[in-house]
Amino acid sequence: MKSPLENTVLFHVGSVPVTEVVVVTWAIMVVLVLGASLAARRLSLRPSAFQAMLELIVTTVDGQIRDTMRVDPAPYRAFIGTLFVFIFVANWSSLVPGVEPPTAHLETDAALALLVFLAIIFFGVRAGGIGGYLRTFATPTPIMIPLNFVESLTRTFSLLVRLFGNVMSGVFVIGIVLSLAGLLVPIPFMALDLLTGAVQAYIFSVLAMVFIAGAVNETENTGKERKPT
Amino acid sequence: MNWLALASIVSAAIAVSFGALGPALGEGRSVAAAMDAIARQPEAANSISRTLFVGLAMIETTAIYCLVVALLLLFANPLLH
Repeated sequence: MKSPLENTVLFHVGSVPVTEVVVVTWAIMVVLVLGASLAARRLSLRPSAFQAMLELIVTTVDGQIRDTMRVDPAPYRAFIGTLFVFIFVANWSSLVPGVEPPTAHLETDAALALLVFLAIIFFGVRAGGIGGYLRTFATPTPIMIPLNFVESLTRTFSLLVRLFGNVMSGVFVIGIVLSLAGLLVPIPFMALDLLTGAVQAYIFSVLAMVFIAGAVNETENTGKERKPT
Repeated sequence: MNWLALASIVSAAIAVSFGALGPALGEGRSVAAAMDAIARQPEAANSISRTLFVGLAMIETTAIYCLVVALLLLFANPLLH
């Protein structure tokens, strides 16, 4: 059986090997970007059915951001919404025959977790400057600096492993059942896999929100403690 | 098959089976507590279930760690190559 940690190389560009994962990721990105730009070209005040569906997605994402972070969703909508939609579509891309979801490979998840890691730093620095953000590592006492530092690394790592483990195990179980039992037997597992995929996309974006909100709030609070007004 | 491969397979099975025990108990307890809370306060169901999902994801990560360790033992074992 093929190892879930390996990648199939489809073709080479120059001397760079291009794997199946990269091709699927780019296909998803093209579909999402083209779909979004085509849909945004013909916006009207009396929405068509398609536009109403897109507005529903945006309002739901906004509502979740507002509920979780308790701030105005505008600065975070693009990042969180893109994360959610991309992971959702990537997890459900296993519905297309012959396509393996790119999130079932370690590299895609590592890239997504790295994006969240950088976004935490970005929003933290934007909330209180570089000094203000670095000071949050020394709260409540400077003894906590190593622990806070390790925490910011491990939570990124756990984001990566969680998404990878869930999606990959779904794909893996379907493969095993298919090779053991035959054609139509894996369908209930595929349905379960779709549910897991949707829940994991939701959880990944909610955790990204929680981490970003934590960094922003901590930065603002430590700033207030130092400068009482 | 040498004894190292055999030990890897057995320990992968042990890792997954025992790694699934703890999170299963923990998830059961947390879902029961969330059901209890929703039954008492149905109007807070939204925020309770969101927190529940995040918590379940955190708990589930331990099982996923065990799964990843088992897969590493089976497919990317540094001792076998």
